[in-house]
Amino acid sequence: MSPRRATSGGLIDRSRSIRFSFDGQEFTGHPGDTLASALLANGVTLLGRSFKCHRPRGLLAAGVDEPNALVTILRGEAREPNIQGTMLEIYDGLKVVSQNRFPSLGLDVGAINQLGGKVLGAGFYYKTFMGPVIGPLKGTRFWMFSEHFIRRAAGLGKAGTAADPSRYERMNAFCDLLVVGSGPAGLMAAKAAGEIGKRIILAEQDARFGGSANWSDETIDGQPASDWAAATVRELARMPNVRVLPRTSVWGYYDGNTIAALERVTDHKPSPRRGEPRQRHWTIRAGTVVLATGAFERPLVFPGNDRPGVMLANAAERYAAEYGVMPGEKIAVLTNNDGAYRSALALREAGCQVVAIIDVRAEISETARAIAVRTGAEILTGRAVTATEGGKKLHCIKVQAFDAATGQISGDPRSIDVDCLLMSGGWSPVINLASQAGAKAEWNERLQAFLPPKDTDGWVGAGGFNGTFSLDAALSEGFAAGGGTDTGLLPATSSDDLDIAPAPVFEIAAKGKAFVDFQHDVTSDDVRLAHREGFQSVEHLKRYTTLGMATDQGKTSNVPGLAIMANALGKQIPEVGTTRFRPPFAPVTIGALAAERYGEIRPERLTPMHDWHVENGATLYSAGLWHRPMIFGLPGETVEQAYVREARTTREAAGIADVSTLGKIAVQGPDAADFLDRIYTNMFSTLPVGKARYGLMLREDGLVLDDGTTWRLAEHDFLMTTTTANAGKVMQHLEYLLDVIWPELKVTLTSVTDQWAGASIAGPKSRDILAACVTGTKVDNETLPFMGIVHGEIDRAPVMICRLSFSGELAYEVYSGAGHGTHVWQALTAAGKPFGLVPYGLEALGTMRIEKGHVTGAEIDGRVTARDLHLDWMLSKKKPFVGSMMMDREGLVAPDRLQLVGILSRDNIPLNGGAHIVEELDRDNPHGSIGHLTAACYSPTLGQYIGLALVKAGKSRHGQRAFISDPLRKRFGPVEIVSHHFYDPEGKRMHG
Amino acid sequence: MREYSAYTLLKNALSGNSDWKPAWRKPDPKPSYDVIVIGGGGHGLSTAYYLAKEHGITNVAVLEKGYLGSGNVGRNTTAVRSNYLLPENHRFYEHSMDLWENLSHDLNYNVMFSQRGCLNLAHTPGQLDEYVRRGNALRHSGIDSELMSVAQIKKLVPALDTSGSARFPILGGVMQWSAGTARHDAVAWGYARGADRRGVDIIENCEVTGFLRDGDQVTGVTTSRGEIRAKKVAVAVAGSTGRVMKLAGIETMPIESQVLQAFVSESLKPILDTVLTFGMGHFYAAQSDKGGLVYGGALDGYNSYAQRGSLPLVEEVHSEMLALFPSFASLRVLRSWGGLCDMSMDGSPIITTGPLPGMYLNAGWCYGGFKATPASGWCFAWTIAKDEPHALNAPFTLDRFQRGILIDDKGQGATPNLH
Amino acid sequence: MIITCPFCGPRDSSEFVYREEGGRTRPDPSSTDQAAWNAYIYERVNTAGDHEETWQHSGGCRSHLRVLRNTVTHKILDVTLARETGKVEKPA
Repeated sequence: MSPRRATSGGLIDRSRSIRFSFDGQEFTGHPGDTLASALLANGVTLLGRSFKCHRPRGLLAAGVDEPNALVTILRGEAREPNIQGTMLEIYDGLKVVSQNRFPSLGLDVGAINQLGGKVLGAGFYYKTFMGPVIGPLKGTRFWMFSEHFIRRAAGLGKAGTAADPSRYERMNAFCDLLVVGSGPAGLMAAKAAGEIGKRIILAEQDARFGGSANWSDETIDGQPASDWAAATVRELARMPNVRVLPRTSVWGYYDGNTIAALERVTDHKPSPRRGEPRQRHWTIRAGTVVLATGAFERPLVFPGNDRPGVMLANAAERYAAEYGVMPGEKIAVLTNNDGAYRSALALREAGCQVVAIIDVRAEISETARAIAVRTGAEILTGRAVTATEGGKKLHCIKVQAFDAATGQISGDPRSIDVDCLLMSGGWSPVINLASQAGAKAEWNERLQAFLPPKDTDGWVGAGGFNGTFSLDAALSEGFAAGGGTDTGLLPATSSDDLDIAPAPVFEIAAKGKAFVDFQHDVTSDDVRLAHREGFQSVEHLKRYTTLGMATDQGKTSNVPGLAIMANALGKQIPEVGTTRFRPPFAPVTIGALAAERYGEIRPERLTPMHDWHVENGATLYSAGLWHRPMIFGLPGETVEQAYVREARTTREAAGIADVSTLGKIAVQGPDAADFLDRIYTNMFSTLPVGKARYGLMLREDGLVLDDGTTWRLAEHDFLMTTTTANAGKVMQHLEYLLDVIWPELKVTLTSVTDQWAGASIAGPKSRDILAACVTGTKVDNETLPFMGIVHGEIDRAPVMICRLSFSGELAYEVYSGAGHGTHVWQALTAAGKPFGLVPYGLEALGTMRIEKGHVTGAEIDGRVTARDLHLDWMLSKKKPFVGSMMMDREGLVAPDRLQLVGILSRDNIPLNGGAHIVEELDRDNPHGSIGHLTAACYSPTLGQYIGLALVKAGKSRHGQRAFISDPLRKRFGPVEIVSHHFYDPEGKRMHG
Repeated sequence: MREYSAYTLLKNALSGNSDWKPAWRKPDPKPSYDVIVIGGGGHGLSTAYYLAKEHGITNVAVLEKGYLGSGNVGRNTTAVRSNYLLPENHRFYEHSMDLWENLSHDLNYNVMFSQRGCLNLAHTPGQLDEYVRRGNALRHSGIDSELMSVAQIKKLVPALDTSGSARFPILGGVMQWSAGTARHDAVAWGYARGADRRGVDIIENCEVTGFLRDGDQVTGVTTSRGEIRAKKVAVAVAGSTGRVMKLAGIETMPIESQVLQAFVSESLKPILDTVLTFGMGHFYAAQSDKGGLVYGGALDGYNSYAQRGSLPLVEEVHSEMLALFPSFASLRVLRSWGGLCDMSMDGSPIITTGPLPGMYLNAGWCYGGFKATPASGWCFAWTIAKDEPHALNAPFTLDRFQRGILIDDKGQGATPNLH
Repeated sequence: MIITCPFCGPRDSSEFVYREEGGRTRPDPSSTDQAAWNAYIYERVNTAGDHEETWQHSGGCRSHLRVLRNTVTHKILDVTLARETGKVEKPA
């Protein structure tokens, strides 16, 4: 266990210790450590296994670009898989386990895949597993057999099935300037803008603000850069117009400068404080976004570059400078640019021995050479690492002469014993958010990197994001981005002026596996295989090899992959293209995206009388968003017994049902009657005040939209009712017509569904019950005829009563203000008691409407015409109406359309909605469906099981025998097709 | 060395994989062809493949403006199913299913069609009846469908909240076991390779910029790589239908292009072994062989050619996901993308001759184009070769809207964003 | 996207519902021109570029808005109240 904590240095709090466990073993670290830095300090260098070949892997990076060190956090029963150890702050009691290994990280049987070698090259699975063409494994069977094992071998972390107990929060914010990234450029932008009074949000994905200031040895304003950063953040945090958000990953750049960010509020704490969420999902609407997101260092591609102990130079520098951890004792550096020299120096200063700096360039700058001398390392220019040795831990590298211009390797390999190799292949600006915003990246030859374009109207860039790597220039760009003008206010700096522009070397092509995408095990040979097989465009490369599709989304692998493909094609990198980045920048917790909708994805709608129903034994069920009584069952009753009793009692005496869920729209204004004539198929302008009429509405395309009654309360005042399910849709339809098509009509529409409570009271005794409790009006047949409306009071509450019937009985709908709903309901039930009134639920309501042949949403399914439902009589010939010109098209009047019929069970066994109807029964091979049941019940009136159905040419089949065919519920049997009017077709009872 | 098999894989591995040949050639366009297929997506490529295989028409070019398979064939959630309500759709999608079942062998390319089932969850008694209606409709068309109890569902997908205490409790579900998923890119590549092996020219980075006309007759196209003549020009460009038809002077179509987002989570060990849909929203999900949960929801709901979605829909999709899977809250979404859906006026496709002489049209796939890929190409090839539709695509005409012979599986009418 | 409602000011697109392509002419209610009705109901220009469309501020004032929006960039170029620009073929 060679890596260890340096005796001093780093931004961790050495005065306190934190205990955590990894794969069951206890470790300690300090506040300020990530899991990665703490494990490294404890000498743990094997942190994960790769996806495909289960190769042992250590740390490659130190931040959000890490592809290898993925772990699962255990929080009680809940599991959080695939968390980057480099982004996970340790806390007391943290429990993590490694992933994708069996039985253990050290001994993983999945590593046998490595023996597959070249057989398991890119896309190998497309070429095999197809199995025999004939025999028991033909078709998809052989593949599915193989796939079973592939699925179990694939996959990274294991998800749990226990509900995540964490709380997530959402937040909306608005600002003039959102600064993404708090390195020197971002801080300077926030400071400049903050000082001129702009509303600022500063978001930093790490726990610590400062970015590169935290590991740089430069000074700003005469103090160490990290001190300047800390002081600047303190200053910003004190400004009332500035909000600073640490641990906040800005992951999505959406239209209209709508920015999505994830704040890890308490992930670093053993337990959240009362009221604190685990994470917070931010939606930020920003005037301007300052992208100061820096750059990622790129690995070099050479054989053995994935061995634990080989890491990015800057990552090693961060471990040393930020965490006071030495990633190895004897260190070598492999680079194509000057930047890695600074990393080497940082490690030397942390106490490591820098054995050699291997530079692929033949010539290096004087500045670099001077730094190299200070590290005490041997300087090997014009050379490269061509192999690494050591099983799960690096112990030796092989170095050979290398020609950067041709890529040629020559000479004998020289072995150098090291336990850590730093590599640097240049830098790629983090342009992901700009790319999400639609910016097309431009290749910069000098920096060998894709840079963002200049000049957009939503964002400005600063610092490393722009490819600006010198501290002075980064501060100056940040200052300008924040709206600063007086450059005299910029702080002075000391910096070494290293030029990080790299030599165009991405790969050192030698024998052995050289990794481009570490997590997905995509090698340079895989890229060349893709080239050979024609998968040459950047998207084909990505999709064929899976390069860049791992959880790190190619943060370290995209450009090297492109470079190798470009080389194979003999083209320049930009000719191969760059892939467009899509949200999220880094993985986002699903719980946060769903924050505050957790478990309550839709509102629940309850009627004013809901509590009464619950208290009085209703069994509820859901209909859309509503909860409605299904039955008011008595102890011991089955559902069928209950609804049959309710329906029978209603037909014999009286019943009361809650109809508050019906859609209700106030249609008011001088042109209201004209408007209704246009949208209903029948006339409403002829309806007298104080009367209601049943109306049918079509869609523009001539099919049925909805039905319901509309009441004329006054000359210019109508109350429209719609079906429960279509209330919203009808409202939208009417509003559209009124607002867009006929703005000249003087009509207003108001949804009053929630303002009125409705009780339907039905049955031969219903009039007597009303007479017993209604005051202020008579309810006799003269005063309140069929479809008449009266106003009165029930137990001092004002009510409006309309005599209309869904059940086919003498019936009334009693409307009161929603606040009076329960009061009126109770008064009605009290008055009804002597008459035998029972409450009834949706099942009895459905039963009575089926008996009566009334249609609802089950029949009005968006595919039926008025004629299909035998509602032709409602189609006025005197006026045009919505749908009138479209309803007679040939397809809508075809004779074999599904038409509404009644169905009688001929085997006295229940029928079910959704069953089909056939002319010849074939249980084994059901076929020849002529229609389906839309609703079914036991009819107490007819004493048998009945249903409604839509049947091909149904009207011509009345009296025919047919069969129910319901293979899903295994119900088959004889039925008779009859008219849908089962009960009182003349309507004597409701008119009585 | 053109056949793919375990043997050739091994043999090539021994020679360092240096002998593999391109999966398809990259030819320059010829001055003329018998048939030009515009659109190198799944449908265009399968059309070319079946033109060659079934009808012996091999003097064919597929013109693709970007890289092959850059459209929806590479941007979908890979579900393959035929569980529609209406018989016109049954016949068509079941033919597709038959082709899917042998596609890997047919193409000599493993498209990884895995029949792990598609389960539609129902949450209200009314919805369960509706789903049973559909399931029974399938059974009467000879397609498998079965009702699953909550206990059976729990056993199949243990991560689902089947407690009954959810906002929308699961009351049951209807399963099509023959449904499943396939590897989307492999479908494009397999068809491309198959067509190429039969002599079809697949021409990438070749954007059609106009149509050559002789009076009404379409006689070819102008492209970013020059003029190309053809006896027949077939259009299979999905979300770009409006744009391409305008080049032929057809200003309006019964189609709107809308964006549909899809998502993939980080890779996980197997936890969801079937394709699953939520009944009280538009959420659907499956788990890929690589372990990512692949899922999506409703359209963003407005016209778009941008292949980028909006944040409110991202939130909605994930909320619906957690309504079913409370344990998935601690998982993470890795990637999202948007595809352009050519939403038709009744939610069903168009595969037809015309609308101009010499032209053939394949469009209007809405959400459902991926699963249709084999049958779409098969029927379109027939229609192009014989100048009349096959019985399977005869209902999918362009004039059915005007004539009111609609195939409206969802019953939503001429409201494309609701299909 | 952020849509600036003439009544309510700039609001997130989630408050709005896209209703349909704008610029289409609904025939006069009494028109018997079947082709015109078919075109109104089924035909769309479906522009890639600046596109006229109708949205409803359903989570706000419920006004219908005529929105000029680019379908390639999603940039919103103009928003007015639909009732002020409603395209109706007036009876001759």
